[in-house]
Amino acid sequence: MYDKNKIVVGLVIFVAIVTFPFWYNLGKASSAPEPKLSEKAKAAKECVVPKKDMKQEHMQILDLWRDTVVRDANRIYKTGKGKTFNMSLSTGEDSCMGCHENKAEFCDKCHNYASVDPYCWDCHIAPKEKKPEENK
Amino acid sequence: MNEKYLYSLIAVIALFLVAYVGVEALGLQWLFGIIIPCLAIITFIVGFVMRVNDWARSPVPFRIPSTCGQQKSLPWIKHSKIDNPFSTGGVIIRMILEILLFRSLFRNTKCNMNEGARISYVWEKWLWLFSLAFHYSFLVVLVRHLRFFLEPVPVCFQILDKIDGFLQIGLPGVLISGVVLLAAVIFLLLRRIIISQVRYFSLAADFFPLFLIIGIAVSGIMMRYFIKVDIVGVKELTMGLVTFHPHIPEGIGAVFYVHVFFVSVLLAYFPFSKLMHLAGIFLSPTRNLPNNNRAYRHINPWNPKVKVHTYEEYEDDFREKMIEAGLPVDKEL
Repeated sequence: MYDKNKIVVGLVIFVAIVTFPFWYNLGKASSAPEPKLSEKAKAAKECVVPKKDMKQEHMQILDLWRDTVVRDANRIYKTGKGKTFNMSLSTGEDSCMGCHENKAEFCDKCHNYASVDPYCWDCHIAPKEKKPEENK
Repeated sequence: MNEKYLYSLIAVIALFLVAYVGVEALGLQWLFGIIIPCLAIITFIVGFVMRVNDWARSPVPFRIPSTCGQQKSLPWIKHSKIDNPFSTGGVIIRMILEILLFRSLFRNTKCNMNEGARISYVWEKWLWLFSLAFHYSFLVVLVRHLRFFLEPVPVCFQILDKIDGFLQIGLPGVLISGVVLLAAVIFLLLRRIIISQVRYFSLAADFFPLFLIIGIAVSGIMMRYFIKVDIVGVKELTMGLVTFHPHIPEGIGAVFYVHVFFVSVLLAYFPFSKLMHLAGIFLSPTRNLPNNNRAYRHINPWNPKVKVHTYEEYEDDFREKMIEAGLPVDKEL
Protein backbone atom coordinates (compact mmCIF):
# COMPACT_ATOMS: atom_id res chain seq x y z
CA MET A 1 0.00 0.00 0.00
CA TYR A 2 1.39 3.41 -0.95
CA ASP A 3 1.27 6.27 1.59
CA LYS A 4 0.07 3.67 4.06
CA ASN A 5 0.24 5.83 7.19
CA LYS A 6 -1.78 8.71 5.82
CA ILE A 7 -4.45 6.50 4.30
CA VAL A 8 -4.85 4.33 7.39
CA VAL A 9 -5.20 7.43 9.58
CA GLY A 10 -7.80 8.82 7.17
CA LEU A 11 -9.75 5.57 7.17
CA VAL A 12 -9.67 5.33 10.96
CA ILE A 13 -11.03 8.88 11.24
CA PHE A 14 -13.73 8.06 8.69
CA VAL A 15 -14.85 4.88 10.47
CA ALA A 16 -14.79 6.67 13.84
CA ILE A 17 -17.07 9.42 12.50
CA VAL A 18 -19.47 7.00 10.83
CA THR A 19 -19.76 4.83 13.93
CA PHE A 20 -19.96 7.82 16.28
CA PRO A 21 -23.58 7.10 17.38
CA PHE A 22 -22.63 3.54 18.29
CA TRP A 23 -19.83 4.39 20.66
CA TYR A 24 -21.48 7.55 21.98
CA ASN A 25 -24.44 5.49 23.20
CA LEU A 26 -22.33 2.60 24.41
CA GLY A 27 -23.61 1.20 27.69
CA LYS A 28 -26.65 3.46 27.79
CA ALA A 29 -30.03 1.84 27.92
CA SER A 30 -32.56 3.47 25.67
CA SER A 31 -36.18 3.67 26.50
CA ALA A 32 -38.68 6.06 25.01
CA PRO A 33 -40.26 8.40 27.54
CA GLU A 34 -43.92 8.19 28.36
CA PRO A 35 -45.52 11.57 29.06
CA LYS A 36 -47.20 11.54 32.45
CA LEU A 37 -50.85 12.51 32.37
CA SER A 38 -52.15 14.62 35.21
CA GLU A 39 -55.10 13.36 37.29
CA LYS A 40 -57.31 15.87 35.58
CA ALA A 41 -56.30 14.74 32.10
CA LYS A 42 -56.80 11.10 33.09
CA ALA A 43 -60.29 11.90 34.34
CA ALA A 44 -61.19 13.74 31.12
CA LYS A 45 -60.16 10.64 29.14
CA GLU A 46 -60.00 12.42 25.79
CA CYS A 47 -58.22 15.41 24.35
CA VAL A 48 -59.43 17.79 21.63
CA VAL A 49 -58.59 15.19 18.99
CA PRO A 50 -57.75 11.46 19.33
CA LYS A 51 -54.46 10.63 21.03
CA LYS A 52 -52.67 9.37 17.89
CA ASP A 53 -53.40 12.57 15.96
CA MET A 54 -52.54 14.66 18.98
CA LYS A 55 -49.18 12.93 19.26
CA GLN A 56 -48.30 13.69 15.64
CA GLU A 57 -50.08 16.95 14.92
CA HIS A 58 -50.42 18.95 18.15
CA MET A 59 -47.92 21.55 16.93
CA GLN A 60 -50.00 22.32 13.88
CA ILE A 61 -53.18 22.48 15.93
CA LEU A 62 -51.52 24.95 18.29
CA ASP A 63 -50.25 27.00 15.36
CA LEU A 64 -53.72 27.08 13.83
CA TRP A 65 -55.27 28.01 17.16
CA ARG A 66 -52.86 30.86 17.64
CA ASP A 67 -53.77 32.29 14.24
CA THR A 68 -57.49 31.81 14.84
CA VAL A 69 -57.35 33.59 18.18
CA VAL A 70 -55.05 36.41 17.16
CA ARG A 71 -56.48 37.11 13.73
CA ASP A 72 -60.16 36.18 14.07
CA ALA A 73 -60.63 36.67 17.82
CA ASN A 74 -62.29 33.27 17.90
CA ARG A 75 -61.44 31.56 21.18
CA ILE A 76 -63.82 28.61 21.14
CA TYR A 77 -62.85 25.25 19.70
CA LYS A 78 -65.56 22.68 19.12
CA THR A 79 -64.52 19.03 18.92
CA GLY A 80 -66.12 16.50 16.63
CA LYS A 81 -68.20 15.33 19.58
CA GLY A 82 -69.55 18.80 20.25
CA LYS A 83 -67.44 19.53 23.32
CA THR A 84 -66.01 23.04 23.53
CA PHE A 85 -62.55 24.09 24.61
CA ASN A 86 -60.86 27.40 25.18
CA MET A 87 -58.29 27.90 22.42
CA SER A 88 -55.46 28.84 24.71
CA LEU A 89 -52.17 27.31 25.68
CA SER A 90 -51.99 28.39 29.29
CA THR A 91 -54.96 30.57 30.30
CA GLY A 92 -57.93 29.14 32.13
CA GLU A 93 -59.20 25.76 33.24
CA ASP A 94 -60.08 24.40 29.79
CA SER A 95 -56.86 25.49 28.08
CA CYS A 96 -54.08 23.01 27.23
CA MET A 97 -52.08 23.59 30.36
CA GLY A 98 -55.27 23.85 32.42
CA CYS A 99 -55.59 20.11 32.01
CA HIS A 100 -51.98 19.06 31.40
CA GLU A 101 -50.77 20.89 34.45
CA ASN A 102 -47.17 19.79 34.56
CA LYS A 103 -44.96 21.05 31.75
CA ALA A 104 -41.90 19.08 32.83
CA GLU A 105 -43.79 15.79 33.04
CA PHE A 106 -45.99 16.27 30.01
CA CYS A 107 -44.38 18.52 27.39
CA ASP A 108 -40.68 18.36 28.12
CA LYS A 109 -40.32 14.62 28.39
CA CYS A 110 -40.84 13.91 24.70
CA HIS A 111 -39.51 17.26 23.51
CA ASN A 112 -36.21 16.68 25.28
CA TYR A 113 -36.01 13.11 24.02
CA ALA A 114 -36.56 14.17 20.42
CA SER A 115 -34.42 17.30 20.91
CA VAL A 116 -37.25 19.64 20.01
CA ASP A 117 -37.22 23.08 21.51
CA PRO A 118 -40.56 24.76 20.75
CA TYR A 119 -40.75 28.51 21.19
CA CYS A 120 -44.10 28.40 23.08
CA TRP A 121 -42.48 29.52 26.30
CA ASP A 122 -40.71 32.47 24.74
CA CYS A 123 -44.02 34.32 25.20
CA HIS A 124 -46.21 32.13 27.41
CA ILE A 125 -45.54 31.65 31.07
CA ALA A 126 -45.29 28.02 32.04
CA PRO A 127 -47.73 26.99 34.79
CA LYS A 128 -46.17 26.72 38.23
CA GLU A 129 -45.06 23.19 38.95
CA LYS A 130 -46.92 21.61 41.84
CA LYS A 131 -43.85 19.77 43.10
CA PRO A 132 -40.80 21.97 42.62
CA GLU A 133 -38.34 19.26 43.67
CA GLU A 134 -39.45 17.15 40.73
CA ASN A 135 -38.11 19.66 38.22
CA LYS A 136 -35.56 18.30 35.84
CA MET B 1 -37.37 10.63 -23.23
CA ASN B 2 -33.95 9.26 -22.51
CA GLU B 3 -33.66 5.70 -21.28
CA LYS B 4 -30.81 6.58 -18.94
CA TYR B 5 -32.84 8.80 -16.66
CA LEU B 6 -36.02 6.89 -17.28
CA TYR B 7 -34.48 3.68 -15.95
CA SER B 8 -33.11 5.49 -12.91
CA LEU B 9 -36.46 7.08 -12.19
CA ILE B 10 -38.26 3.75 -12.59
CA ALA B 11 -35.72 2.12 -10.26
CA VAL B 12 -36.39 4.69 -7.55
CA ILE B 13 -40.17 4.38 -7.97
CA ALA B 14 -39.79 0.60 -7.72
CA LEU B 15 -37.77 0.99 -4.51
CA PHE B 16 -40.52 3.20 -3.11
CA LEU B 17 -43.15 0.60 -3.96
CA VAL B 18 -41.07 -2.22 -2.47
CA ALA B 19 -40.82 -0.42 0.86
CA TYR B 20 -44.37 0.91 0.85
CA VAL B 21 -46.03 -2.36 -0.06
CA GLY B 22 -43.66 -4.30 2.20
CA VAL B 23 -44.68 -2.24 5.20
CA GLU B 24 -48.31 -1.38 4.48
CA ALA B 25 -49.51 -4.65 2.98
CA LEU B 26 -47.09 -7.29 4.25
CA GLY B 27 -46.18 -5.79 7.62
CA LEU B 28 -42.44 -6.30 7.14
CA GLN B 29 -41.47 -3.47 9.52
CA TRP B 30 -38.61 -5.51 11.01
CA LEU B 31 -37.13 -6.08 7.54
CA PHE B 32 -37.21 -2.42 6.46
CA GLY B 33 -36.60 -0.95 9.90
CA ILE B 34 -33.89 -3.25 11.25
CA ILE B 35 -32.35 -5.83 8.91
CA ILE B 36 -31.91 -3.73 5.78
CA PRO B 37 -30.47 -0.67 7.60
CA CYS B 38 -27.99 -2.91 9.47
CA LEU B 39 -26.87 -4.65 6.28
CA ALA B 40 -26.64 -1.28 4.54
CA ILE B 41 -24.37 0.30 7.12
CA ILE B 42 -22.10 -2.77 7.15
CA THR B 43 -21.92 -2.72 3.35
CA PHE B 44 -21.18 0.99 3.44
CA ILE B 45 -18.29 0.79 5.90
CA VAL B 46 -16.71 -2.43 4.60
CA GLY B 47 -17.18 -1.46 0.96
CA PHE B 48 -15.78 2.00 1.57
CA VAL B 49 -12.65 0.69 3.29
CA MET B 50 -12.10 -1.94 0.62
CA ARG B 51 -12.46 0.57 -2.18
CA VAL B 52 -9.97 2.95 -0.58
CA ASN B 53 -7.63 0.04 0.06
CA ASP B 54 -7.86 -0.87 -3.61
CA TRP B 55 -6.94 2.68 -4.62
CA ALA B 56 -4.12 2.82 -2.12
CA ARG B 57 -2.57 -0.26 -3.71
CA SER B 58 -2.47 1.34 -7.14
CA PRO B 59 0.95 2.89 -7.72
CA VAL B 60 1.30 6.43 -8.97
CA PRO B 61 4.54 6.03 -10.93
CA PHE B 62 5.02 9.67 -11.75
CA ARG B 63 3.74 12.91 -10.30
CA ILE B 64 0.76 13.98 -12.37
CA PRO B 65 -0.61 17.13 -10.69
CA SER B 66 -2.89 19.24 -12.84
CA THR B 67 -1.12 22.53 -13.07
CA CYS B 68 -3.31 25.59 -12.89
CA GLY B 69 -0.58 28.19 -12.60
CA GLN B 70 3.09 28.91 -13.12
CA GLN B 71 5.30 26.20 -11.73
CA LYS B 72 8.29 26.93 -9.51
CA SER B 73 11.06 27.97 -11.83
CA LEU B 74 13.70 30.68 -11.95
CA PRO B 75 13.64 33.10 -9.02
CA TRP B 76 12.43 36.05 -11.12
CA ILE B 77 9.42 34.12 -12.49
CA LYS B 78 6.49 34.40 -10.13
CA HIS B 79 5.54 31.00 -8.77
CA SER B 80 1.87 30.19 -8.25
CA LYS B 81 2.16 28.49 -4.88
CA ILE B 82 -1.36 27.09 -4.53
CA ASP B 83 -2.29 26.38 -8.13
CA ASN B 84 0.99 24.70 -8.86
CA PRO B 85 2.25 23.65 -5.44
CA PHE B 86 5.86 22.73 -4.92
CA SER B 87 5.77 21.87 -1.23
CA THR B 88 3.51 19.81 1.01
CA GLY B 89 2.21 23.05 2.56
CA GLY B 90 1.02 24.26 -0.83
CA VAL B 91 -0.64 20.91 -1.48
CA ILE B 92 -2.45 21.04 1.84
CA ILE B 93 -3.84 24.51 1.10
CA ARG B 94 -4.79 23.41 -2.40
CA MET B 95 -6.58 20.32 -1.05
CA ILE B 96 -8.41 22.27 1.66
CA LEU B 97 -9.68 24.79 -0.88
CA GLU B 98 -10.66 22.01 -3.25
CA ILE B 99 -12.48 19.93 -0.63
CA LEU B 100 -14.21 22.74 1.22
CA LEU B 101 -14.84 25.23 -1.60
CA PHE B 102 -14.78 23.14 -4.81
CA ARG B 103 -12.19 25.42 -6.33
CA SER B 104 -11.83 23.48 -9.58
CA LEU B 105 -15.58 23.74 -10.20
CA PHE B 106 -15.29 27.48 -9.70
CA ARG B 107 -13.10 27.57 -12.78
CA ASN B 108 -15.91 26.13 -14.85
CA THR B 109 -16.38 28.05 -18.09
CA LYS B 110 -18.89 27.89 -20.87
CA CYS B 111 -18.04 28.13 -24.53
CA ASN B 112 -20.22 30.50 -26.56
CA MET B 113 -20.28 31.58 -30.18
CA ASN B 114 -20.64 35.34 -30.24
CA GLU B 115 -21.55 37.45 -33.26
CA GLY B 116 -21.39 34.65 -35.75
CA ALA B 117 -18.10 32.82 -35.62
CA ARG B 118 -16.39 34.49 -32.67
CA ILE B 119 -15.76 32.09 -29.85
CA SER B 120 -15.86 33.29 -26.25
CA TYR B 121 -15.50 31.64 -22.88
CA VAL B 122 -17.77 32.94 -20.15
CA TRP B 123 -17.82 32.30 -16.44
CA GLU B 124 -20.37 29.70 -15.51
CA LYS B 125 -20.82 29.72 -11.75
CA TRP B 126 -24.21 28.04 -11.35
CA LEU B 127 -22.85 24.52 -11.21
CA TRP B 128 -20.32 25.56 -8.56
CA LEU B 129 -22.92 27.45 -6.55
CA PHE B 130 -25.51 24.70 -6.57
CA SER B 131 -23.10 21.88 -5.89
CA LEU B 132 -21.70 23.84 -2.97
CA ALA B 133 -25.24 24.47 -1.71
CA PHE B 134 -26.12 20.81 -2.26
CA HIS B 135 -23.13 19.35 -0.44
CA TYR B 136 -23.28 21.70 2.53
CA SER B 137 -27.03 21.41 3.01
CA PHE B 138 -26.71 17.62 2.76
CA LEU B 139 -24.03 17.76 5.44
CA VAL B 140 -26.24 19.87 7.71
CA VAL B 141 -29.20 17.55 7.14
CA LEU B 142 -27.01 14.56 7.95
CA VAL B 143 -25.64 16.12 11.13
CA ARG B 144 -29.12 17.23 12.20
CA HIS B 145 -30.29 13.62 11.97
CA LEU B 146 -27.87 12.71 14.75
CA ARG B 147 -30.58 13.88 17.15
CA PHE B 148 -32.27 10.57 16.39
CA PHE B 149 -29.14 8.58 17.16
CA LEU B 150 -27.79 10.23 20.30
CA GLU B 151 -29.29 10.28 23.77
CA PRO B 152 -28.90 12.75 25.38
CA VAL B 153 -28.51 15.03 22.37
CA PRO B 154 -25.35 17.15 22.76
CA VAL B 155 -25.87 20.91 22.88
CA CYS B 156 -24.02 21.58 19.62
CA PHE B 157 -26.64 19.63 17.66
CA GLN B 158 -29.44 21.55 19.38
CA ILE B 159 -27.76 24.81 18.41
CA LEU B 160 -27.45 23.62 14.81
CA ASP B 161 -31.20 22.88 14.80
CA LYS B 162 -31.90 26.36 16.12
CA ILE B 163 -29.76 28.04 13.47
CA ASP B 164 -31.22 25.89 10.71
CA GLY B 165 -34.76 26.79 11.76
CA PHE B 166 -34.20 30.42 12.65
CA LEU B 167 -36.73 31.64 10.08
CA GLN B 168 -39.49 30.25 12.35
CA ILE B 169 -41.93 29.75 9.49
CA GLY B 170 -44.86 27.54 10.43
CA LEU B 171 -44.88 24.68 12.87
CA PRO B 172 -42.87 22.48 12.79
CA GLY B 173 -40.55 25.27 11.72
CA VAL B 174 -39.10 25.18 8.21
CA LEU B 175 -35.48 24.06 8.22
CA ILE B 176 -33.44 25.91 5.62
CA SER B 177 -31.10 23.00 4.89
CA GLY B 178 -33.94 20.73 3.76
CA VAL B 179 -35.33 23.29 1.34
CA VAL B 180 -31.88 24.15 -0.05
CA LEU B 181 -31.01 20.47 -0.42
CA LEU B 182 -34.12 19.72 -2.45
CA ALA B 183 -33.79 22.86 -4.61
CA ALA B 184 -30.10 22.20 -5.31
CA VAL B 185 -30.54 18.52 -6.15
CA ILE B 186 -33.37 19.37 -8.52
CA PHE B 187 -31.13 21.96 -10.19
CA LEU B 188 -28.37 19.37 -10.58
CA LEU B 189 -30.87 16.94 -12.10
CA LEU B 190 -32.39 19.49 -14.49
CA ARG B 191 -28.90 20.52 -15.57
CA ARG B 192 -28.26 16.96 -16.70
CA ILE B 193 -31.62 16.66 -18.42
CA ILE B 194 -31.92 20.04 -20.12
CA ILE B 195 -28.39 20.85 -21.35
CA SER B 196 -28.02 18.54 -24.33
CA GLN B 197 -24.23 18.13 -24.09
CA VAL B 198 -24.44 17.23 -20.41
CA ARG B 199 -27.33 14.87 -21.10
CA TYR B 200 -25.24 13.15 -23.76
CA PHE B 201 -22.49 12.17 -21.36
CA SER B 202 -24.73 11.48 -18.36
CA LEU B 203 -25.26 7.84 -17.51
CA ALA B 204 -27.80 5.98 -15.46
CA ALA B 205 -25.19 5.97 -12.70
CA ASP B 206 -25.41 9.78 -12.64
CA PHE B 207 -29.17 9.95 -12.57
CA PHE B 208 -29.86 7.17 -10.08
CA PRO B 209 -28.23 8.86 -7.04
CA LEU B 210 -29.90 12.14 -7.93
CA PHE B 211 -33.34 10.55 -8.07
CA LEU B 212 -32.60 8.60 -4.92
CA ILE B 213 -31.56 11.74 -3.03
CA ILE B 214 -34.66 13.51 -4.30
CA GLY B 215 -36.66 10.56 -2.95
CA ILE B 216 -34.91 10.82 0.41
CA ALA B 217 -35.44 14.58 0.63
CA VAL B 218 -39.08 14.40 -0.44
CA SER B 219 -39.94 11.58 1.95
CA GLY B 220 -38.18 13.42 4.79
CA ILE B 221 -39.93 16.70 4.05
CA MET B 222 -43.28 14.90 3.77
CA MET B 223 -42.70 13.32 7.16
CA ARG B 224 -41.79 16.58 8.85
CA TYR B 225 -44.37 18.93 7.40
CA PHE B 226 -47.23 16.97 5.85
CA ILE B 227 -47.94 13.31 6.63
CA LYS B 228 -46.79 13.26 10.22
CA VAL B 229 -45.14 10.32 11.90
CA ASP B 230 -44.69 9.64 15.58
CA ILE B 231 -41.26 11.17 16.21
CA VAL B 232 -40.81 9.63 19.65
CA GLY B 233 -41.50 6.22 18.13
CA VAL B 234 -39.00 6.94 15.37
CA LYS B 235 -36.31 7.81 17.88
CA GLU B 236 -37.14 4.68 19.86
CA LEU B 237 -36.45 2.64 16.72
CA THR B 238 -33.25 4.44 15.73
CA MET B 239 -31.91 4.36 19.29
CA GLY B 240 -32.65 0.63 19.31
CA LEU B 241 -30.44 0.25 16.26
CA VAL B 242 -27.45 2.17 17.63
CA THR B 243 -27.61 0.55 21.07
CA PHE B 244 -27.88 -2.96 19.52
CA HIS B 245 -31.32 -3.55 21.06
CA PRO B 246 -33.41 -3.32 17.93
CA HIS B 247 -37.13 -3.26 18.24
CA ILE B 248 -40.05 -1.90 16.25
CA PRO B 249 -42.41 0.47 18.07
CA GLU B 250 -46.06 0.42 17.08
CA GLY B 251 -47.69 2.93 14.81
CA ILE B 252 -44.92 4.55 12.77
CA GLY B 253 -46.21 5.51 9.33
CA ALA B 254 -45.04 3.75 6.17
CA VAL B 255 -43.42 6.94 4.88
CA PHE B 256 -40.77 6.56 7.57
CA TYR B 257 -39.86 3.08 6.36
CA VAL B 258 -39.73 4.36 2.78
CA HIS B 259 -37.31 7.08 3.93
CA VAL B 260 -35.14 4.59 5.80
CA PHE B 261 -35.18 2.18 2.86
CA PHE B 262 -34.06 4.93 0.46
CA VAL B 263 -31.23 5.89 2.81
CA SER B 264 -30.23 2.24 3.21
CA VAL B 265 -30.10 1.80 -0.57
CA LEU B 266 -27.99 4.93 -0.88
CA LEU B 267 -25.57 3.70 1.80
CA ALA B 268 -25.27 0.24 0.31
CA TYR B 269 -24.86 1.65 -3.21
CA PHE B 270 -22.29 4.22 -2.11
CA PRO B 271 -19.04 2.18 -2.20
CA PHE B 272 -19.79 0.86 -5.69
CA SER B 273 -20.72 4.19 -7.22
CA LYS B 274 -19.39 7.56 -8.27
CA LEU B 275 -20.42 8.80 -4.83
CA MET B 276 -17.05 7.47 -3.72
CA HIS B 277 -15.69 10.86 -4.74
CA LEU B 278 -16.11 11.47 -1.00
CA ALA B 279 -12.92 9.47 -0.50
CA GLY B 280 -11.63 9.94 -4.02
CA ILE B 281 -11.13 13.66 -3.64
CA PHE B 282 -8.52 12.98 -0.96
CA LEU B 283 -6.79 10.42 -3.13
CA SER B 284 -6.78 12.18 -6.49
CA PRO B 285 -3.17 12.20 -7.70
CA THR B 286 -3.81 15.21 -9.91
CA ARG B 287 -4.43 17.29 -6.79
CA ASN B 288 -2.61 15.77 -3.86
CA LEU B 289 0.93 15.72 -5.19
CA PRO B 290 3.38 18.61 -5.27
CA ASN B 291 4.63 19.42 -8.74
CA ASN B 292 8.34 18.78 -8.15
CA ASN B 293 9.13 16.39 -10.97
CA ARG B 294 12.00 18.54 -12.17
CA ALA B 295 13.55 19.03 -8.75
CA TYR B 296 13.43 15.52 -7.34
CA ARG B 297 13.83 12.08 -8.78
CA HIS B 298 10.76 9.86 -8.47
CA ILE B 299 11.35 6.21 -9.05
CA ASN B 300 8.69 4.20 -10.73
CA PRO B 301 7.58 1.58 -8.18
CA TRP B 302 7.20 -1.18 -10.77
CA ASN B 303 10.56 -0.69 -12.39
CA PRO B 304 12.20 -4.12 -12.74
CA LYS B 305 15.54 -4.59 -11.05
CA VAL B 306 18.02 -4.13 -13.90
CA LYS B 307 21.57 -5.35 -13.42
CA VAL B 308 23.78 -2.43 -14.41
CA HIS B 309 27.48 -2.15 -14.95
CA THR B 310 28.57 1.40 -14.12
CA TYR B 311 31.54 3.24 -15.56
CA GLU B 312 33.36 3.01 -12.22
CA GLU B 313 33.05 -0.76 -12.29
CA TYR B 314 34.17 -0.80 -15.92
CA GLU B 315 37.23 1.23 -15.02
CA ASP B 316 38.00 -1.10 -12.11
CA ASP B 317 37.95 -4.01 -14.56
CA PHE B 318 40.21 -2.43 -17.18
CA ARG B 319 42.25 0.22 -15.32
CA GLU B 320 45.69 -1.26 -15.95
CA LYS B 321 44.98 -1.84 -19.61
CA MET B 322 43.62 1.67 -20.01
CA ILE B 323 46.72 3.25 -18.45
CA GLU B 324 48.92 1.07 -20.63
CA ALA B 325 47.10 2.30 -23.72
CA GLY B 326 47.37 5.91 -22.51
CA LEU B 327 43.68 6.41 -21.91
CA PRO B 328 42.67 8.88 -19.16
CA VAL B 329 41.23 7.31 -16.00
CA ASP B 330 39.31 8.80 -13.09
CA LYS B 331 41.27 6.94 -10.45
CA GLU B 332 44.96 6.28 -10.80
CA LEU B 333 46.48 2.97 -9.83
